[in-house]
Amino acid sequence: MLLEAVDIAKSFPGEAGPVTVLGGVSLSLGQGETLALTGESGSGKSTLLTILAGLDRPDRGEVRLGGMALGPLKEAELAAVRRGRIGLVFQQFNLVPSLSVAQNIALQARLAGRHDPDWTAALAERLGLGAHLGAYPETLSGGQQQRVAVARTLAARPEVILADEPTGNLDEATGDAVLGEMLALVAETGAGLVMVTHSDRLAARLSRRLHLARGRLA
Amino acid sequence: MPARITRRRALALLSCAATPAMGQGFAGLGQDAEGFALPRPGKVFRFPEDHGPHPRFRIEWWYVTANLQTPDGAPRGLQWTLFRSALAPEERPGWASPQIWFAHAAMTGPDRHLVAERRARGGIGQAGATAAPFEAWIDDWQMTGHPGADALDRLSLHAAGEGWSYDLELSAEGPLVFHGEDGYSLKHPRGQASYYYSQPGYRAEGRLAWPGGTEAVTGRAWLDREWSSQPLEAGQTGWDWFSLHLEGGAKLMVYRLRDGAGGYTPGTWIGPGGRAEPIPDGEIALEPLDWTRIGDRRLPTSWRIAIPARGLVLETRPVNPRAWMGTGIAYWEGPVSVSGSLGGEGYLEMTGYD
Amino acid sequence: MIRWSAAALLSHWRRHPGQLATLLLGLALATALWTGVQAINAEARASYDRAASALAQSDLPLIVPREGDSLAVADYVALRRAGWQVAPVIEGRLRLADGSARLVGLDPLTAPALPGSGGETDPARALRDFISPPGELRGHPETLAELPAETPGRRVATEALSPGTLVADIGTAARLLGMGDRVTRLLVLAPPGPEVPPLETIAPGLREAPPSPGTDIRGLTGSFHLNLAAFGMLAFAVGLFIAHGAIGLAFEQRRGAIRTLRALGVPFSTLAAVLAAEALALALVAGAAGVAMGYVLALALLPDVAATLRGLYGAPVAGSVAIRAEWWAAGLGMALLGTMLASAQSLWQLRRLPLLAAMKPRAWALASDAGQRRLALAGLVLLCAVPVALRIGGLAAGFAALAGLLLGAALILPAALSAALALAARGARSALGEWLWADARQQVPGLSLALMALLLALSANIGVSTMVASFRATFEGWLDRRLASELYLSFDSAAQAAACLPGIPAEAVLPVTRAEADLGGAPGLFYGMADHPTYRRDWPLIAAVPQVWDRLVAGEGVLVNEQWARGADLAPGGRAQIDGRGWEVLGVYADYGNPRRQAMAGLEAFRALHPGLEETRFSLRISGDPAAEAARLVAAGLRPDQVTDQQSLKAESRAVFERTFAATDALNLLTLAVAGVAIFTSLLTLQALRLPQVAPLWAMGLTRRRLAALDLARAGLLALATALLALPVGLALAWLLLAVVNVEAFGWRLPMRLFPADWLRLGLLSLAAALLAALLPALRLARVSPARLLRVFADAR
Repeated sequence: MLLEAVDIAKSFPGEAGPVTVLGGVSLSLGQGETLALTGESGSGKSTLLTILAGLDRPDRGEVRLGGMALGPLKEAELAAVRRGRIGLVFQQFNLVPSLSVAQNIALQARLAGRHDPDWTAALAERLGLGAHLGAYPETLSGGQQQRVAVARTLAARPEVILADEPTGNLDEATGDAVLGEMLALVAETGAGLVMVTHSDRLAARLSRRLHLARGRLA
Repeated sequence: MPARITRRRALALLSCAATPAMGQGFAGLGQDAEGFALPRPGKVFRFPEDHGPHPRFRIEWWYVTANLQTPDGAPRGLQWTLFRSALAPEERPGWASPQIWFAHAAMTGPDRHLVAERRARGGIGQAGATAAPFEAWIDDWQMTGHPGADALDRLSLHAAGEGWSYDLELSAEGPLVFHGEDGYSLKHPRGQASYYYSQPGYRAEGRLAWPGGTEAVTGRAWLDREWSSQPLEAGQTGWDWFSLHLEGGAKLMVYRLRDGAGGYTPGTWIGPGGRAEPIPDGEIALEPLDWTRIGDRRLPTSWRIAIPARGLVLETRPVNPRAWMGTGIAYWEGPVSVSGSLGGEGYLEMTGYD
Repeated sequence: MIRWSAAALLSHWRRHPGQLATLLLGLALATALWTGVQAINAEARASYDRAASALAQSDLPLIVPREGDSLAVADYVALRRAGWQVAPVIEGRLRLADGSARLVGLDPLTAPALPGSGGETDPARALRDFISPPGELRGHPETLAELPAETPGRRVATEALSPGTLVADIGTAARLLGMGDRVTRLLVLAPPGPEVPPLETIAPGLREAPPSPGTDIRGLTGSFHLNLAAFGMLAFAVGLFIAHGAIGLAFEQRRGAIRTLRALGVPFSTLAAVLAAEALALALVAGAAGVAMGYVLALALLPDVAATLRGLYGAPVAGSVAIRAEWWAAGLGMALLGTMLASAQSLWQLRRLPLLAAMKPRAWALASDAGQRRLALAGLVLLCAVPVALRIGGLAAGFAALAGLLLGAALILPAALSAALALAARGARSALGEWLWADARQQVPGLSLALMALLLALSANIGVSTMVASFRATFEGWLDRRLASELYLSFDSAAQAAACLPGIPAEAVLPVTRAEADLGGAPGLFYGMADHPTYRRDWPLIAAVPQVWDRLVAGEGVLVNEQWARGADLAPGGRAQIDGRGWEVLGVYADYGNPRRQAMAGLEAFRALHPGLEETRFSLRISGDPAAEAARLVAAGLRPDQVTDQQSLKAESRAVFERTFAATDALNLLTLAVAGVAIFTSLLTLQALRLPQVAPLWAMGLTRRRLAALDLARAGLLALATALLALPVGLALAWLLLAVVNVEAFGWRLPMRLFPADWLRLGLLSLAAALLAALLPALRLARVSPARLLRVFADAR
């Protein structure tokens, strides 16, 4: 199994004592599989995604990537896992504003030490960014920026892609187009995808779907 | 770091200047004699005039050493030296005088050795010497003559350092002794020479005021008078000089001018009656027996003196092996005891080990 | 990984070169001010050390004549022969092409040290060269260059002597100064032993005197340098605010990039290392540039400072700056320290940054009201410490009080501004007015560091300029009264005076007779004062007994200068000891610019005490043209240096005082400039955060031009408010300087005067600085594209 989460629980301190955000969630993701995490705002789906990405640690339970438990890893080791094996796509794109489009696309692959110029160029071409490689993010439209973020993730050839409302900042048509391109590329690379979305319509385009309500799978 | 002159450096400079590198074997003077008078053989000494200064010569000294005993027999040594060093072969009045004077005094016991130094320029009366009445002085140090057959027959001696001083009365028991060829003393086969005579036969009596208290002393003293303009050859690096009072009333003056090879080793044997017999170079063998380390120097403080022609083998031991004169030019000078063919006592001076 | 992380982070500077430039400029300017002041101080200290070591006599007791100004060589020899360890010194003035130099004659055989000696390969020859006629004249190259060609003596240049001093053999000096068989004084090299006869029995005409304080330049000028150092610190504090602000902003603007990099798997430690290396590099570059600029600054200011120190204290300081590790290392060190401090704080904040939290626009310092309150509290504590420091007393405590005042006020500033703006907002009538006040208040946290810098600079400016102006005003009046006579003559001998004086058409000839004396245990000058309306009317008495002049003439007491009165707690009616004799203090007079004690008796009483003293100095009241009379006297055979007219004496004195504060003025202006740069940097960097704040107003119908104008107004408003607060702080500072620091440092107190015109000028200056600083950001705002404003709404961040 590519990615497994077993009985993940997480709570945060609140004004009236701890607030349970995740109350024992388990899921698994196979190679080439695409999984949608849906739920209302505050249902815990984004928290679950950060825990899957190793950006936060669960209070209870375990995340395993390719059979390796993330729990015992030190911060630097977790960072290495993120750098080499996981790709993150954010709602706000999170591009580096002072780097050009080409540099942004190559950034994670370079950090992971596996930059492949041909593959990067092919990705940029596929995502329609070929004419903008020298431009800076602030001059691009939202859809173009998210395409840069998708290209940046795929350029590093991660095993698992974790996406948090990747089309949340885009209008519907653009969002559909970006998602389509992303799904096609994910399928080509054989990576697994977990995507958080609140849209049933988008969730339906993925191979599997889990619905979270008040921190539990419904 | 901007250049700053230290007091110590200034002192060193001045003393070095005033005694042209005595410690380095008068190297500064071995070169040429710019208008200075040179010693000539056959000089007729005139007294009391010659007891006074000779400003046309480059360097001159009045040099007293004394071997003394306290009432309970403890050995003591004493040194009083006034040097004159001329920057030009003349005397001018006031500050313009080119005559530089400096002096060393020391008081030595087996475990103490006190040293003081003075400097002054001529022309203003701060230091100088007069033949009649005889007086040699610098600041409050003085050697004053009292009327007698010779102007040097009876002397009062005073010197003081920081917290110590001495006063000594000297009275001669024999005649003046002339070294070398009637007072013309060769320092090198090539002809460098000085005028050199002594009064080796003083009875001495006085008091030493140590920082801790005063003690009465009696004993014997030896005065050297020497002046010159080019005493050493360039290759000569220093000397080991002895003045010894021996059992039976005889005295011995011997020195070795070191030149890295055999050296030049003349001497004077002075019979009990005061008759002087020069000992030519080559008849005296000097051999270090023991060495003392003072700072980073190694000094031969014990010696064997052999004069085969006279059947004499003497060994000298220092009263205080650490009798180092840490003055502007530094050297070793202190009382010694003599054993071997004859017993006795005396003084040893060693320069050029710095 | 490090390489690409660094590339991503550093690309920020490539995209924002202006920000990089302001950061470097701010840090470099601050370093420059600090370094420049350090360099000046180091140079002066080195000069003092040279002066002190050159003559190595500042700490030695002296033997001086009881009467007159020289003693016989025979007395020196007598002392020597009695066992006194003394060394003779001849001192006098030698004419130069322009002015004169101090010539010191030393006997190399007895002097404790001989400047410019050491390392000779042939010491015997060196001594002969020094002594043998015509003898050597050793001096600083600057001094030798001014020596007239006809002055005999072999010139030997040495850096071991400070400018204005020549050293020669005592014989050479005696010839050049015509001293014959007399010397100026003796140095006591070692205390005489118990068996050495006392001075009175050997040379009754001589007396022992304490070490000459005239050579204790370091103590005298300490306060002056403390002033400079305080300025340097102030400048650097201002610079630190800039560096802190600029670095904080650079971090802030890269928070997104940093977060992204961490999400992409770069460990925090790697990022921290990259950012620390970046800060180090920035500090090194800016620090090096700052040190170089500081050197130039020191070069520009040192001639004035040197002239001041020479004029005010007689302290010789070279007019050139040597490159010394003690100041360039200090400059670079401060730059590094400041930068590291600023980035450490930013790194600490980054460390706690939640990785995926939504990124909100956030001011990069003093964000919260609570933070402002905490600062204000700390500031209040500092202000409360000021009176405590004053009670402790002393120069150091005085400066501590200064620091407490300035820092305390700066810390209170943000809270005070916020409170004032909140109050103003309550009174606002229009919606726009309300917004303007509220908006200004919202900007306070972001601008607070720059405004604190401005407050410091303004307060220092007000304080120092008030002190200088008070000084100048008092000094002018004092000069007029103190220098009432029209002509001052100095003859070579009483005989010359007797021959010359009758031919001068003077209304009054007033002898200026004086002697070195022991004034209550410290050396100083003791004068005999003629009875004349000139003095009765004009003498600048601060306090006096009734009928002071009649009683002075009657020989019933003395006048003392303020320095002595303050130093020894003397007041009219009290007792003063002069050369061991007690006198009633009849009055205290102002004596600005003189570091030593001074006293005056009636002329007859003075003459009775010093019967053998030749009277060679006179001040003359004349009704004709003093300059013409002076010219006539020179034509009649007096040397120009023997004749001084009042006008040129006053001009000379004024010039000394003007130069004293030239350096201060320059530093003042530079500090203000640094504060201006701080505001500019802050505004420029706040602009990115500003768009979301003004976009809604733009949407509601305000033009961009209007918005920009409002931003300008806001900057001006904040600067003015800061200036208003700086006024009381500056006046408090002036009071501290005049009433505490100057009294401790110089021994005299000046009345404080207020110069509102100066404040107005300064207020306008700070307004101009703020507007100038705000201009570029405002212009940018006026020209920002509507699309960028629109995007504020599109990116609902």
